Amino acid sequence: MFSDLHFRLRALFRRGAVEGELDEELRAHFERQVEKHVQSGLTREEALRRTRLEFGGLDQIKEECRDARGVHFLETLWKDLRYGARMLRKNPGFTMVAVLTLALGIGATTAIFSAVNPILLESLPYPHPDRIMAIWEIPTNGSRNDATFGMYRGLAERNHSFDALAVMEPWQTTKTGAGQPERYEGQRVSASYFRVLGVEPAIGRDFQSSEDRLHGPNVVILSDRLWRRRFAGDRAIVERQITLEEFAGYGFATSDSYTVIGVMPSDFDNVLYPSAELWAPLQYDISQGRAWGHHLRMVGRLRPGTSADQAMQELNLLGPDVLKEQHPDSYGSEVKFSILSLQDDITRGVKPALLAIFGAVVLVLVIACVNVTNLVLARGVHRRGEFALRSALGANRSRLVAQMLTESLLLAAMGGVAGMAVAMLGVRALAALSPPELPRLGAIGVNGAVFAFGLAVSALIGLAFGLTPAIHAARSDPHRDLQQGSPRATRRHRRVRSALVVAEVALALVLLVSSGLLLRSLQRLFAVPVGFNASHLLTMQVEEVGHRYDEDSIRYRFFAQALEAVRRLPGITSAAFTSQLPLSGDYDAYGVTFERDYNSREGYEVFRYAVTPGYFETIGIPLRQGRFIDQGDRVGTPPVALINESLAKRKFAGQRPIGQRIHIGPPNIWYTIVGVVGDVKQMSLALSQEDAVYIATNQWHWADTVMSLVIRTRGDAASLTPAIRQAIWSVDKDEPIERVATMDDLLAASAAQRRFALIIFEAFALTALVLAAAGIYGVLAGSVAERTHEIGVRLALGARRGSIVGLVVRQGMMLTGLGVAIGLAGAAAASQAIAAMLFGVSQLDPVTYLGVIALLAGVSVLACVVPARRAVRVDPMVALRYE
Amino acid sequence: MTDPRIDLPQGTLDLLILRTLALGPQHGWAISERIHQISSKVLLIQQGSLYPALHRLERRGWIKAHWGASENNRRAKFYALTASGRRQLEAEEGAWRKLTAAVAQVLETV
Repeated sequence: MFSDLHFRLRALFRRGAVEGELDEELRAHFERQVEKHVQSGLTREEALRRTRLEFGGLDQIKEECRDARGVHFLETLWKDLRYGARMLRKNPGFTMVAVLTLALGIGATTAIFSAVNPILLESLPYPHPDRIMAIWEIPTNGSRNDATFGMYRGLAERNHSFDALAVMEPWQTTKTGAGQPERYEGQRVSASYFRVLGVEPAIGRDFQSSEDRLHGPNVVILSDRLWRRRFAGDRAIVERQITLEEFAGYGFATSDSYTVIGVMPSDFDNVLYPSAELWAPLQYDISQGRAWGHHLRMVGRLRPGTSADQAMQELNLLGPDVLKEQHPDSYGSEVKFSILSLQDDITRGVKPALLAIFGAVVLVLVIACVNVTNLVLARGVHRRGEFALRSALGANRSRLVAQMLTESLLLAAMGGVAGMAVAMLGVRALAALSPPELPRLGAIGVNGAVFAFGLAVSALIGLAFGLTPAIHAARSDPHRDLQQGSPRATRRHRRVRSALVVAEVALALVLLVSSGLLLRSLQRLFAVPVGFNASHLLTMQVEEVGHRYDEDSIRYRFFAQALEAVRRLPGITSAAFTSQLPLSGDYDAYGVTFERDYNSREGYEVFRYAVTPGYFETIGIPLRQGRFIDQGDRVGTPPVALINESLAKRKFAGQRPIGQRIHIGPPNIWYTIVGVVGDVKQMSLALSQEDAVYIATNQWHWADTVMSLVIRTRGDAASLTPAIRQAIWSVDKDEPIERVATMDDLLAASAAQRRFALIIFEAFALTALVLAAAGIYGVLAGSVAERTHEIGVRLALGARRGSIVGLVVRQGMMLTGLGVAIGLAGAAAASQAIAAMLFGVSQLDPVTYLGVIALLAGVSVLACVVPARRAVRVDPMVALRYE
Repeated sequence: MTDPRIDLPQGTLDLLILRTLALGPQHGWAISERIHQISSKVLLIQQGSLYPALHRLERRGWIKAHWGASENNRRAKFYALTASGRRQLEAEEGAWRKLTAAVAQVLETV
């Protein structure tokens, strides 16, 4: 083995020496042979002649020795590479177009792969990630519910399937004290949370179960990011105290000192809540009666050897027992569970979009390859003579095929290198465009796996478009090709190119139809009435913090004064507060019970809005019956409520809802319905869940601490932000103002995922269209050029120019038609794949299909007419001589 | 002129070269001469086959080459059998004997 390597390396790198030795050896042999013949009685001349005859071709011997030395392959490769590079340099136009096309295809594919890989392919960055499960309750209506604390506690005590179960909920806190108040996103987690994930703090320690009880110690674990940003990465942070203010949504803002007990590792990727920067024990208060409210996420780590199915069966057996034993009110004894891997759980929302996008980019890549193959083939025509000559001079076919393959691999490698640059840009664009739901955003980037993918794609491409023309060339007959333009070779050639045009049209059609459908979906989505007037609306979240305000009245006064201050500003038509803002991601829902079916305990889940007078007028929700909430509805007056139109219709079909009474939230207040207002989209434009109850802020059970300010402006909404901030801070400068956005921004964000998919699809479709147009043009221009002679003959025989143009266009359009037919079948299949992303349009939307076909037909006609017209403008005499 | 040479079966040339070198280091011309002599002038090794074969054997590590002075004091490249070449020779000789014995038996009995 070693001697072999040594021998080959010496042969390769000391080529001069080795060749010299071979020369000397052969010469010596030659001379001895001559001497031998002379000794046997021949004259010197005769001996020389005889020996030369015996020896045969000296160069052939040397060549065979080189082969035997085993360096021949490397040597020829090097030669081919240099030759290939020279050929590419000699045709800078061809090289540039081919490399750019490939770079586009490889770059886009690699960039998309960089997102698909960590999200869908790589497992989560935890030990034994396949054992981490997301657990949901499945109510009888088949939807999915978050877990309840009661159920979690019951299951954690009884089950044998999981090493650990954990529950968690989001936690927003504000760091007060010195400096500007800053709000942090965090999680309240059961002590087992990090154990379930299998990650330990890098500094300090994990939570202990003794800390996870009501009124337990205030301890907190920081993310690496927060630790570096706010505490300068000081390792002495452990055991230090920080002051955090928490608003629990129950009107109790508590400001407490927390002990930092740990810092998570820098590579910890918290996929369940990526924006979380700190964690505290759940310390669940079951006395508040929410232990059976579905508002916790549950995850668990399976015991080794237990399957998800076994675990699900066990939980389905245990669930009803837990319920029977604990007898929770308003809860049946039926419960089922769904268990799926955490990876599937977090990627559920984006998987269809990502797969569709990946499919689209592969189409772009294939179109790019078709284009380059076409270019290579076109050049192959011009080089037919060159190859025929070389083959006549004794190069064997495998050498010629190797030469062509080397050239295409070289081209693919150049495309790949440029493609990696495109990919790096693409990854950045992807991160900037990505919708907030995209999990594992931090893991998206050009890394080893992505690089290897790009490399593999490039190599595959080089082989793919290198092999076709290479085999083509290897099969051809040098004698005929030397004579140029044999009719049979030309015909076969044209057939291959025609197939390329058909493929190109079909692929472009699939992409264009898919992105057309997405575009129409987005149009439909934005045409959905939101239920209010979104233009010229500025929104922001204002929080009331500080333990100075532990009475609701002070809190009401702060919001009332802030509102007054804002209303006085110029450029503002009106302003109001609401406890939750449509399309902002707020989700605040309560059960509502109507007085007339109080005994049946039939309830509805509705969005609860606590609003100040003027909210409806400001945001533009129309009144259908009765009256709005006004200044007369305050503490001490009879509590009033408004409900939305759809709920009123369903509940009081034909009857008057005004005057009916309802419970919402804790059951000690009856609200009288005084009005009905229009439906409003709360969660997203695509969801029709919009039942709502509106009450006055100061007639709710407690004062909300976080309110959204809605401001209708006369001019540009965003430009008023600084003035509004100042106005609010003139009332109290310590109150945080967050999430400033115009309603138009929120509207756009609510469709972010569809928009994300659409932007990418549009970019790909546009690329595909340009590539396909260039490809069709290239193929037709090439075939017209090959037929210049024929066209000359036709012209000379008196054919009209118009009829020749017609002939060429007709031939081109036939190919386009065939491509369209094949593409239609592909598009129908592709639209099936993106069905989940469509909204309000059929998968076979005729407008989209016809529009795309018309567009492609138009592009094809152009691509045919231009070269055809150029061809007929040629002087017949020139054309006849053209060869 | 009738050609006394016969075509050698694949791999036989390697065996002959190894066998020749088992007697001691030789240069190329001497190898072909010796095979020619010993085979009663039946086997004539062409240079076009000899040198590629020598290079191939050298690559496989069965022989190694060094430059030295020939019997008439000329510079020549001598080839010598290596240890692994000797093992290879034994293996191939055994295989060859078996093959020829079997072929001979078939030819005689059938």
